[in-house]
Amino acid sequence: MSGSSRRVLVTGLGTFWGGRVAQALEADPDVEVIVGLDTTEPTVELERTEYVRVDANYSILARIVRAAQIDTIIHTFLIVDPTVMSARAMHEINVIGTMNLFAAASAPASTVRNVVVKSSTIVYGCSSQDPVWFREDTPPSRPARRGVERNLEAVEGYVRDFAQDNPHVNVSMLRFANVVGAEIETPLTKALQLPVVPSLAGFDPRFQFVHEDDVIRAIMFVLESNLAGVYNVAGDGLLPWSEVARICGKRTAPLPPVGTGLIAGPLARLGVVDLPEEYLQLLRFGRGVDNTRLKETGFRYEYNSVEAVQAFIESVRLRRTIGTGQPSYRYERDVEQFFRHSPAVIRD
Amino acid sequence: MPDGDDVRPSRALVPIPTADPHSAESEEGGEHLPGRLSDVDEWGRSERMRALARRLYDPVYSKWFRAEWEGLENIPTEGGALLVANHAAAIPSDAPVIMHGIEKELGRPVYGLADNFFKRVPVVGTLWSRLGGLPAHPDNAYRLLAEQGQLVLVFPEGSKGPAKTFDERYQLRRFGRGGFVEIAMQAGVPVVPIAVVGAEESMPTLFRLPSVASVIGAPYVPVTANMLAFGPLGAVAYFPAKFRLRVLEPVTFNVPPDQERYSKSRVMDWSEAIRDRIQNALYDMLRSRESVWFG
Repeated sequence: MSGSSRRVLVTGLGTFWGGRVAQALEADPDVEVIVGLDTTEPTVELERTEYVRVDANYSILARIVRAAQIDTIIHTFLIVDPTVMSARAMHEINVIGTMNLFAAASAPASTVRNVVVKSSTIVYGCSSQDPVWFREDTPPSRPARRGVERNLEAVEGYVRDFAQDNPHVNVSMLRFANVVGAEIETPLTKALQLPVVPSLAGFDPRFQFVHEDDVIRAIMFVLESNLAGVYNVAGDGLLPWSEVARICGKRTAPLPPVGTGLIAGPLARLGVVDLPEEYLQLLRFGRGVDNTRLKETGFRYEYNSVEAVQAFIESVRLRRTIGTGQPSYRYERDVEQFFRHSPAVIRD
Repeated sequence: MPDGDDVRPSRALVPIPTADPHSAESEEGGEHLPGRLSDVDEWGRSERMRALARRLYDPVYSKWFRAEWEGLENIPTEGGALLVANHAAAIPSDAPVIMHGIEKELGRPVYGLADNFFKRVPVVGTLWSRLGGLPAHPDNAYRLLAEQGQLVLVFPEGSKGPAKTFDERYQLRRFGRGGFVEIAMQAGVPVVPIAVVGAEESMPTLFRLPSVASVIGAPYVPVTANMLAFGPLGAVAYFPAKFRLRVLEPVTFNVPPDQERYSKSRVMDWSEAIRDRIQNALYDMLRSRESVWFG
C-alpha cells in the first residue's frame, strides 16, 4: 500500500514495545491516525496516539477496526517473557488475543491492508539437534513443549492462516532474537545485571542479540517498504555466554548442569534471578538465527551482537548513577513540545 | 596459522574502537566484529584453543600414533570440500588425527561434524566445539562448504562406525542415507574420501552395554580392551596403533548446486560408490600392513 496516510492500530500500547512503536509512528507524518489498544494505561508519553482500554483478548476489536477505518495493524502484544505472568494469562493474551485480532481483521469489508506481527526466535525452540543458524524456513528440531514456544507456534499459525485467506493483505512477521538495550527488561538482561552472571557448568553456548532500537527500526522499515513474509531480526555475530558476561564486566557463576531446575526454582523464589525453562535451555545450547533475508531487503542494523551488549551495559552503568539509561531523552522531548506548541515560537 | 582470507579477531583486553563499526562487518556471518573479547567464531571454534590443542596433541599424533599420510595433494588447498572417512574406535581417535593432520600439513582448519550427543555432555561438548567440532546438521555443513569455503569432515557411518566391536573391524557400516552426497551436491563441492587404518586397534570394543546406553541416552556404551589393560585410565588411553591415512581422489558430481532435492537413486549410487572406494582402499592398505603397531 503506497497510500499517503495510514491509519494504524497498535496492540499492547501499555507494553514497552507498543509504546515505543507508537512513539515512532507519531514521528512519521505519513501516519494519520494511531489507535493503541491495551488493558493498561500506556507507560510512555504519547502525543496523538489514542488509547483504547480493552480486555485482554480484544473481544470488541472488529468494531474498532471498522469505526476507525484501520488499514494497518501492528501486533506487538505478544508476551515472550514467561516470568511476568502465569501461563494461563499468557495464553489468553498471546493465543486468544491474536485469534480475535485476526478474526476482526478478516471481517467482511475490513479495511486492513497491512499487518506486522512481532514474534520471537523463541519459536525455533532450543535443543541439541539445532543448526547453528536458523533460517526463516528451518523447522524447529523438536515439537514445542514449553509455554512461550507453544504460544508462539499457535500465534504464527493464525498469522499464516490469515495471510493465506487474505492475499490482498501485506502480512509480515518479524522474529526477534534476544533483545537488549537501554530500557527493555528480560530474564537475560536481569541475569546480566546480577553481581555474578548465572551460567551452566560445562556449557558455554553462543548467543545472538538485537538492540531495542533496531527492533523498532525493523518494524518501521517493514511497514514503510511494505514487506511481506517472515524475517529474522538479529544482530550479526554469535557470542559465547562467558564473553557476554565479560563484556558486561561480570564473572559467571556456574549452576550444576544436572538438576538445574532444583536450583533455579529456589533462586526464583528467593527473588535472586528467575530463569524459566526456556532460558535455562538457552544457557545450555544457545541459538543463532540467519539475518540475511531482512538485510537483503535493504535493512541495515545499527548494532551487531557485540555493540548491542555494549550499549546495554553502558546504559546499565549510567542508570546506576543517574537513574535513567537515556538521559537526553526527556529533555529533547520538552524542547520538541516547546517548538510545537509554544506561542513564543514564531512559525512561518 | 594461515587461515585463508579470514582475519581472526585480535585478543584484546579492552574493546578496540573503530571509526565505523559497519566497515568491519563481513558479508557472511559477521565473523570479525570489533569489541570481541574472545576469538570464538560463529561455529564455536577458537583458534587460540585450537593452537593450544595442537601443541598438546602433536606428540600423540606424531609419537604415539605415528600418523602417516598419502595422497594429501587430493585435498584442495582452497575452497570447500567435504572430507569423508571411515569411523572407528570406541572413543573415535580418527577425528582428532585427521583434523590435526590436515591443519598441520596443509594449514587449513577442519570443521568436524559429530553426533549431537556431544553437545549434551558438559565440558566435553564445549571443548569439542572450541576445537572445531559441531553438530551434524545439513544447514551447518551447507553454510560451511558453500558460503565459507571450509573443509568439513564427516563420518557417514555415524555412531554405527565406532560402536562396532573388534571382530567387525574395517567392515564399513551403511553410509547413512547418503545425506553427505546430497550436501556436497547442494554446496557444489567435491567429496574427498579418506581411508584410515589404525583407529580400529587404538581402542577396540569388546562388547557393548545397550541397557546402560539407553539409560544415559548415549548412542552406545562400550567395554574396551583398553579398560581391561589400563583399568579406569583405559576409558581415555589409546593403544599405540600405527596410523596410516590415504586420501583418495576427490569425487565431483556433475549436477547443478542448490537444488531442493536430488534424484535419490543417484545419491545412493554415489554414496555406495564412495563407500566402496574407501572399503577397497582399506583392504588394500591392510594387505600391505605387516604389524598393527609398526605398520
